[in-house]
Amino acid sequence: MSKVRVLVGTKKGAFILSSDGKRDKWEVSGPFFAGWEIYHMKGSPVDSDRIYVSQTSGWFGQLLQASSDGGKTWQQPGLQPGEPEMPAFPAKAPNRFVYDQSGAPLTTHAWYDGTAHPWEFKRVWHLEPSLTEPETVYAGVEDAALFKSSDGGASWQELSALRGHGTGPQWQPGAGGMCLHTVILSPADPNRIYVAISAAGAFRTDDGGKSWKPINKGLVSGFMPDPNAEVGHCVHHIAMHPAKPDTLFMQKHWHVMRSDNAGDQWTKISGNLPTDFGFVIDVHAHEPETLYVVPIKSDSLHYPIDGKLQVYRSRTGGNEWEALTKGLPQENCYVNVLRDAMAVDRLDDCGVYFGTTGGQVYVSPNGGDNWQPIVTNLPSVLSVEVQTIG
Amino acid sequence: MSASILIEAMQTVPIRVVLPYHLRNLAQVGSEVTVEAELPVCVFSILNAVEARYPMLRGTIRDYETRARRPFLRFFACQQDYSLDPPETPLPDEVAEGKEPLLIIGAIAGG
Repeated sequence: MSKVRVLVGTKKGAFILSSDGKRDKWEVSGPFFAGWEIYHMKGSPVDSDRIYVSQTSGWFGQLLQASSDGGKTWQQPGLQPGEPEMPAFPAKAPNRFVYDQSGAPLTTHAWYDGTAHPWEFKRVWHLEPSLTEPETVYAGVEDAALFKSSDGGASWQELSALRGHGTGPQWQPGAGGMCLHTVILSPADPNRIYVAISAAGAFRTDDGGKSWKPINKGLVSGFMPDPNAEVGHCVHHIAMHPAKPDTLFMQKHWHVMRSDNAGDQWTKISGNLPTDFGFVIDVHAHEPETLYVVPIKSDSLHYPIDGKLQVYRSRTGGNEWEALTKGLPQENCYVNVLRDAMAVDRLDDCGVYFGTTGGQVYVSPNGGDNWQPIVTNLPSVLSVEVQTIG
Repeated sequence: MSASILIEAMQTVPIRVVLPYHLRNLAQVGSEVTVEAELPVCVFSILNAVEARYPMLRGTIRDYETRARRPFLRFFACQQDYSLDPPETPLPDEVAEGKEPLLIIGAIAGG
């Protein structure tokens, strides 16, 4: 029988929530890496026991953890406990993210005030395992860059053409830092990758990372001197259905958008949403035109409207939205749902999941019609991913 | 350099090091570890020994590239703060003799 494994990253550790296909009884394990910020954890699509974790700390920096047994045990890739003594600071290490300065070095981006600021590695926001190779994984980092590992996370190399393609000096941090937070691998073309950066926008490569181009036409950002500029947009998240890899859905700082030509042109699909500010967006596992967002009141007030936590669903690819409220708190709820904190499973009756900054993780086992909390008192949730197993 | 000087330069002594809570968990050790640090005993030689013995700690105490101390960590020995001193600064004899540990302390901050 199929089962699901929900991978939850929080501000104080990682948790794994497990259930069978009914998704009504849950086993909670964790915290793993207690006390550390777990920005993201994600399993390999080709080996569900392989899970990668971004473990980070303002005190101790970035670590990378991996499991090869579904989260029972963990280790830093390439480092065996009790390994023989070796020289410190080897060239390769699982937490060594070094910007590539070969070729055309790019050393500065725009700071909040517009002045030039050096690129400085801070943390890994998102890990995206390869669709075909369990040892290959991509890392989106702050300050914004994309790294790739082909040895299970034991060493990392930057795909530096992204930072070096020309607009890098104009990229600017959003409130959360200048982070590359979204990495989408096209199932139709192994050389096509989409990324999104706050606050630079969306970018695409069609040659495996050798070259990149901004894909932001149609985005309008009122906070920018030129609202239609090529870069500078604060994209919060992008989602894609694997059956329609040229169709992208975006939750921008304000505005919900879609593109049907791989990001070359975007159109607004906010429609009747009560507010089109928000962070998460996702697509139903079996219905490529069914979308989910969680509207947030505003960029100044990072909580739901009127204290009512509502997921909005569109079955028409946008513009027409319905509020989903059954099982969700409809009074005195002032949590946020961060950009990587929504996911869907692939069971016949698609499950939808999201986590909140209040430490709740909710599941809807029927595509959003009804919701129930899996856990209610975790640390603030940073990310949610789901594995459908069997 | 004579052979005797070479041997002396490579001599090591056991040094006690107290780690902050999260690094103890990461290295799966107790609050205090003992490592063999090269003479002369200083923060630099001790951290080299710690990172060689516990490779999972590489990058967590000092930056991978610059080897600069992470800003929220401090180094104390014999009630003296060595955080801002050059890392090659010799530490007191009590540390080299194993009577006192090098304390690696995380800044106290909420959250």
